[in-house]
Amino acid sequence: MYDFTYHRPASLEEAVALFEGADDAVYLAGGHTLLPTLKQRLAAPSDVIDLSAIAGLADISRHDTLLTIGALARHGDIAASPLVKEALPALAGLAGDIGDPQVRERGTLGGSIANSDPAADYPAALLALGATIKTDRRAIAAEEFFTDLFETALAEGEIVTRVDFPVVRRAAYCKFPNPASRYAMVGVFVAQADSGAVRLAVTGAGPCVFRVAAMEQALATDFSPAALEGITVSADTLNSDLHASAEYRAHLVGVMACRAVTAAAG
Amino acid sequence: MTGSPGAGSLIGASVRRTEDRRFLSGNGRYTDDITLPGQCFAAFVRSPHAHATFRKISAQAAYQAPGVLCVLTGADMNADGLGGLVCSWIIHSADGSEMNHPAHPALAVETVRYVGEPVAVVIAETRQQAKNAAELVEVDYAELPVVTDPARARDAGAPRLHHDTPDNTCYRWELGDATATEAAFAAAHHVTRLELVNNRLAPNALEPRAAIGQHDPGTDSFTLYTTSQNPHVARLLLSAFVGIAPEHKLRVIAPDVGGGFGSKIFLYSEETVCLWAAKRVGRPVKWTAERSESFLNDAHGRDHVTAAELALDENGAFLGLRVRTTANMGAYLSTFASAIPTWLYGTLLAGPYVTPAVHVAVDAVFTNSAPVDAYRGAGRPEASYVLERLVDKAARELALDPAELRRRNFIPVDAFPYDTPVALTYDTGDYQASLDKALEIADYAGFAARRAEAKARGKRRGIGLSCYIEACGIAPSQLAGELGASVGLFESAEVRVNPTGTVSLFTGTHSHGQGHETTLAQIVADRLGLALDAVDVVHGDTGRVQYGLGTYGSRSLAVGGSAVVRALDKIIDKGRKIAAHMLEAAVEDIEFCDGAFRVAGTDKAMSFAEIAFAANVPHHFPPGEIEPGLDETAFYDPVNFTFPAGTHVCEVEIDPETGVVRVEKFTAVDDFGTVINPMIVAGQVHGGLAQGLGQALLEHCVYDRESGQLVTGSLMDYCLPRADDLPAFDLALTETACTHNPLGAKGCGEAGAIGSPPAVINAIANALDIDHIDMPATPEKVWRAARRA
Repeated sequence: MYDFTYHRPASLEEAVALFEGADDAVYLAGGHTLLPTLKQRLAAPSDVIDLSAIAGLADISRHDTLLTIGALARHGDIAASPLVKEALPALAGLAGDIGDPQVRERGTLGGSIANSDPAADYPAALLALGATIKTDRRAIAAEEFFTDLFETALAEGEIVTRVDFPVVRRAAYCKFPNPASRYAMVGVFVAQADSGAVRLAVTGAGPCVFRVAAMEQALATDFSPAALEGITVSADTLNSDLHASAEYRAHLVGVMACRAVTAAAG
Repeated sequence: MTGSPGAGSLIGASVRRTEDRRFLSGNGRYTDDITLPGQCFAAFVRSPHAHATFRKISAQAAYQAPGVLCVLTGADMNADGLGGLVCSWIIHSADGSEMNHPAHPALAVETVRYVGEPVAVVIAETRQQAKNAAELVEVDYAELPVVTDPARARDAGAPRLHHDTPDNTCYRWELGDATATEAAFAAAHHVTRLELVNNRLAPNALEPRAAIGQHDPGTDSFTLYTTSQNPHVARLLLSAFVGIAPEHKLRVIAPDVGGGFGSKIFLYSEETVCLWAAKRVGRPVKWTAERSESFLNDAHGRDHVTAAELALDENGAFLGLRVRTTANMGAYLSTFASAIPTWLYGTLLAGPYVTPAVHVAVDAVFTNSAPVDAYRGAGRPEASYVLERLVDKAARELALDPAELRRRNFIPVDAFPYDTPVALTYDTGDYQASLDKALEIADYAGFAARRAEAKARGKRRGIGLSCYIEACGIAPSQLAGELGASVGLFESAEVRVNPTGTVSLFTGTHSHGQGHETTLAQIVADRLGLALDAVDVVHGDTGRVQYGLGTYGSRSLAVGGSAVVRALDKIIDKGRKIAAHMLEAAVEDIEFCDGAFRVAGTDKAMSFAEIAFAANVPHHFPPGEIEPGLDETAFYDPVNFTFPAGTHVCEVEIDPETGVVRVEKFTAVDDFGTVINPMIVAGQVHGGLAQGLGQALLEHCVYDRESGQLVTGSLMDYCLPRADDLPAFDLALTETACTHNPLGAKGCGEAGAIGSPPAVINAIANALDIDHIDMPATPEKVWRAARRA
């Protein structure tokens, strides 16, 4: 990697000030995207600002029907948290199936969503659960947060501090991993709120996480795999690569959706 | 009694690997662990293009970067009068002409022919400084059109890689009787035809390649520390062909090496350049590959396109086999590349079967890709894949049980030694025994019920088998020479007996994961009646070990171990003479058993340690009659290959909705001849199976056809098998001892990778009731096949 100046601020304010004072700074959370990028010399930031010394950013708490997870909570913490397991077992399961134990002990929720990797798992959960992303300056609905391939609504220097997840009646996540990287080639998160409303979000298949309205409507009236019969997603806007064509990904969206619904209903 | 096993307790014992203590406790010493005083670091400037010419390499900016000591190019190597990298096996085309062997400079001169080809080297005080400066070297590339697909390399209009190589053709080789094969097909009741691709693989040893070159100005001698499977061969090539130093002024040390799978047999650019540059810079020069460099530059494996036909009579007896293969050599010929799709492939196409007529034609071609050479199995997996897929398809077409069709065609046990129509003589084997045992362990008879049960769950279950044969321990040297090899294929052993009776074995083989330090010590301890920890095994250093050929082709035990036995025989012979003198008996009356030299029929005896002491402190020797010392050396040149064989049975379950294939059961029954350490053998089989299942289901090294860029340049895209991709393997052995070496051993390192790929694909074809699916059988491919079926 190229040389850079390393900082480890103790507060958000200090982190933001460092960011604004630097030529080309990046924040470091778990580092699971940033460090490989640096090692391959694909990025050359002037300053790396490590957020790990800022107190309170990794807390997990529940207030009634809202589960709050700090941005620096690690995947392993989320997977093991009794609060998460009770409130949103599907989210705990998703976190526990990211990467491998080493990845889960380093990677963080905030780092993952701020990167908006099209093959990351969390975006599907945030979008399907209707989560709200809190930053050092505002609140952003998941709908507005993930804007494109590796693009989010975050402004320059803005820091994700926590994510608020509404607790739902039932939910499940089903993923088809890329055989090589084990990232989601297609991942479907389905959630049904107490009101009966259903949200279903797909990660891995397209350039950015997306919802499937036709599936949501069908499931709202009949929360069963049978309700999804005949509903397909178009391959036109999906990813195509060495591992899976767009057509195959479109097919897998249907299969994973059925399996997620089965798991949530069961 | 002389030469018979001593204590007799160590041959066939699953002794724990003595080397594991150091590996598991972090005390292994790999090349990158070595730091020499004053060492500096090399970083290579690599071609970003698959095919381009260049006129100028501008290094001014690099020279001005911090820490830079020098920047060297191919022109500098030429100025020093150095030769390039060579291929050490000359193949002749069917028309008698010698293969095209285009120049392979260690640093490209004027033209680059694959992405990642080394163009220049920057040497600096630190690794980072070298890498930083390497980015500042400018090369004025002019891009050229690209061909990466071997099937298109000979097309009219395909871009030509080397000006002296028409049609990008290295050779057009043939083996077998074309006329007899024609006749067999003309008389056939049925002909089965199959076109298939043997997918290109990247070897991915755990330890990347590394080198430290060192020059001693006082003696004008060189030392190269490197990740080599055969340091003497590296020394020979560096000396005789590259011309860096004569052999007596060059020491090559391959310390602990973390896996090779063939990829560390070869002499590469980077090691060569580090050694040469060490004298230029006047300091040791170190380089350790990054994983991305390994993907770009380590020799790849396989990459065949084949059309094959099998002629059968009305009873399913094989009459003839015709195979046409195009083999990708990559952009240049690697060290042994030319031999892989010829003498290690065509010769194995008879398999374990009686097939009266076989003819094979192989076109080897150059493409804009990394060189292709031996990778675990090297030619033999390609052969077994062609044959075992073809036999399975024939069984399907003739509505015969695949096991039954194989059984009808096996070479019977009373037919050995058996001459195949493709130049080999199999010494021994019992293919029926392996098949029977494998079918029993795999519960072949009960498969129909498992299939029905899976079907009830919406899954498709399939079973496939593969009856492979392979040839290990390429030999004898005389034959290898006749077939085009530039080196001999014997092996050496030196056994030094210390005065107190402990023993140091110096072997010309090299252990990089195989456990030789245990297996070879077991042979020594067993024969001499010593404790295992009284034996030390030394390998991998041309300064300590006499000339040997290294480890590849599953040769270390069958050839290297046999050399050890020969050296031990000499020691026991001499020990008997010493004992006869000391015990005042006739030599003929001295027997060696259980670690003691004994006067037959008496209780007069001396232990091995007492004889060792007497030999090294010869106070009581008759002057002039017996030389002091008990060290002995042996060189063993086998009279024939060895022929491990066996049956692998794979059972898969396919989810037709997703195309995911789960290997539910895998049975491997192998005949490796005499087994020294069953635990180590099982480990070798496990590793081979993992790589074979990897080839069948997961691994594929892919170049973009337009740009020639390596698409699978990291583990994010190149899919190595992981533990959860593999089942628990069911292993068993049958045994027909090799008839021509003193151990009866055949070799076990490659069998897993040779036998397993066709078993997996046969199982998938069986599950989906289809003729064929190409490797790797990825979920999408299987899903599409399931939809069509």
